[in-house]
Amino acid sequence: MAAAPLPEVLPAEGAAGVAWLLVALPALGALVLFVGGRRTDRWGHLLGVATVVASFVVAAVLFAGSLAQPVEERVRELPLYDWFAVGALNVEFGLRIDPLSITFALLITGVGSLIHIYSVGYMSHDPERRKFFAQLNLFVAAMLVLVLGNGFVTLYLGWEGVGLASYLLIGFYTGRRTAGSAAKKAFLMNRVGDVGLALAIFILFLDLGTTQYAEVFARAGELSPGSLTAITLLLLLGACGKSGQFPLQAWLPDAMEGPTPVSALIHAATMVTAGVYLIARANPLYDLAPVGQLVVTIVGAITLVLGAIIGCAYDDIKKVLAYSTVSQIGYMMLAVGLGPVGYAAALAHLLAHGFFKAGLFLGAGSVMHGMADETDMRRFGGLWRHMPVTFWTFTFGYLALIGFPFLSGYFTKDLIIEASLTAGPVAGWIFGVAALLAAGLTAFYMTRLMLMTFFGPERWRDLHPRRIDPSDLEDPPEHYHPHESASSMTVPMMLLAVGSIGAGAFLVLGERLADYLEPSIGAFVEPAELPAVFPTGLVPVFASILMVAGAGAAYLAVGRRPVPVERPQRVSLPVRAARADLFANAINEGLIARPGIWLSRALVYLDNRGVDGAVNGTAALLGGSSGRLRRTQTGFVRSYALTILGGSVVLVAALLTVGAFS
Amino acid sequence: MSPTIYLLLSALLFAIGAVGVLVRRNAIVVFMCIELMLNAVNLTLVTFSRINGSLGGQIMAFFVMVVAAAEVVVGLSIIMAIFRTRRTTSVDDANLLKY
Repeated sequence: MAAAPLPEVLPAEGAAGVAWLLVALPALGALVLFVGGRRTDRWGHLLGVATVVASFVVAAVLFAGSLAQPVEERVRELPLYDWFAVGALNVEFGLRIDPLSITFALLITGVGSLIHIYSVGYMSHDPERRKFFAQLNLFVAAMLVLVLGNGFVTLYLGWEGVGLASYLLIGFYTGRRTAGSAAKKAFLMNRVGDVGLALAIFILFLDLGTTQYAEVFARAGELSPGSLTAITLLLLLGACGKSGQFPLQAWLPDAMEGPTPVSALIHAATMVTAGVYLIARANPLYDLAPVGQLVVTIVGAITLVLGAIIGCAYDDIKKVLAYSTVSQIGYMMLAVGLGPVGYAAALAHLLAHGFFKAGLFLGAGSVMHGMADETDMRRFGGLWRHMPVTFWTFTFGYLALIGFPFLSGYFTKDLIIEASLTAGPVAGWIFGVAALLAAGLTAFYMTRLMLMTFFGPERWRDLHPRRIDPSDLEDPPEHYHPHESASSMTVPMMLLAVGSIGAGAFLVLGERLADYLEPSIGAFVEPAELPAVFPTGLVPVFASILMVAGAGAAYLAVGRRPVPVERPQRVSLPVRAARADLFANAINEGLIARPGIWLSRALVYLDNRGVDGAVNGTAALLGGSSGRLRRTQTGFVRSYALTILGGSVVLVAALLTVGAFS
Repeated sequence: MSPTIYLLLSALLFAIGAVGVLVRRNAIVVFMCIELMLNAVNLTLVTFSRINGSLGGQIMAFFVMVVAAAEVVVGLSIIMAIFRTRRTTSVDDANLLKY
């Protein structure tokens, strides 16, 4: 299909000229807190919150400025300086201020501010709170570089920056062995994706000689179909790594080892959506590469079903939410792969998900806070009476996630399902059924989570809190004392609950978001305008039926029957498979880790025996032979004289022979 | 008289000297054999000078004599030094400089 002409890129002026403050403020906060060290312990968290809130204000100013401009003048760039120029490669460090990046900046700084405020309360007992805020600020700065950068290399800088911040924050509890290995796992699996992103950038430079968005997108038509397919697939690999998509999804649930605000901000609302951002940003490339788009949708469809299935089997409240995140980002990937019909739907779902999933994670953190850091839902139960605010905010997040009518998820998820039905005669059925099925599963696992945590008998009454980590020095309390969290924690949860209720309707009704984003992602195509395999108008009905069915099944499974405190071991094969992450770790281990170990062992062997053998062998040969030759130095003058004489005779004989024949 | 006979004589003297160096152990005798070889070479030089009618060979012979005289001085003093420390003049006994 012919891509619509791209809007002209104009220089930033007026209020947009201060866009650099967006990145600079959190970066400064991180710098002060890292360099200041313990001296900043007393007020470090306040600085951390202040920089992000100030950044949010800047983002809001930019947003207002952008709204005040005519639609065709909303794509602007603020060049800051020439980052580096090597040969033909000239990379400019600048900020691209267009609706897409402003939307992301608002999400990151907005949700980020709320989570920073929440963390003040959540981390109040942690002696390392200042370090936590420094790393959180570093994350916000890197994430803003990622979404605001005006070229693929700038994006890569932010991409690696958030990877670093994510690594640091997952491993924040440095005393826990599991946290360290989860951090390493996240970092290494992200490396796999980053290789794809780097290779895509290399190909872009090779073919176009530039990596700046403006030039790349304007000249996307010059790329051959082969390199377009290669670039889009490699970008997808990068997106899969960062966004926890199949087959690189296994790190995301493990990342829950980090403090809960980190899970909410990085591993639910912002960083893991970077893959969706990348594909939405590179939409001029994907629009020209049908193979790339198809693979994106397939990856999204596989992930959304896989995440939903695994989410049904876990008992750890944060891991259920983590797999829910995997599944929801799968929805977004499916949508961005569908092209113009899906970009706006994906971004609407991304924003709504940012609200309700962050709210759900903060709620889970609040529950953990009141329950001696316990995460096993089998040890909860009946908590709604003890934590009313947490319960109600969590409920709204829950309803938004399962797509309860007229809450956020209802609008955005249905839009994605409708869009997926237009994918084509066969693909439409497959994607549509997968998306609907996963919607039912979502209702099942989230209802199960709600029932096990907030309803039913208070199973924790007869239990003693456990030591969460063997290395914890402090003894756990004797009994559970569930209590509501401080207001610094509940207020952000309430604000996010408001977002969970209203964001979807606000963004989707009247196509507000789609119209605003048009300069960045092209004109929105209504799913109803395209041929669908199934009447799109019926999607809300079916989605609601499946939601009720899923919730009802969960009620029958855990609401009607008592929940055993110990996890049942005699379970059916599907449950066992889901508990084992559908063998994702085993597959990674078998397909990547083991062959990698074998390969490196073989290489070590080759190096020791082959390369070193050749070098050492030459040396040994020379040493040995000279040891033998040395024996000819007998010290007897007469034998030397004989050698000289013999040599002379041979020489003379040779000369005579040559002379005789010449 | 044909010059060939001088060349044959010098070859004979050289061979005697070379064999003497190789087979005798006494440093003095070895030394004398070396002198013999040098003088055999001198004879060759002079003979060729005569054959070719140029003085170059004779001048060379003088040089060889000078070098031989200097060599005798150095060589004999070494032999004297060895004799004083080791009470022997056998070249096979001075074999410490080896592997």
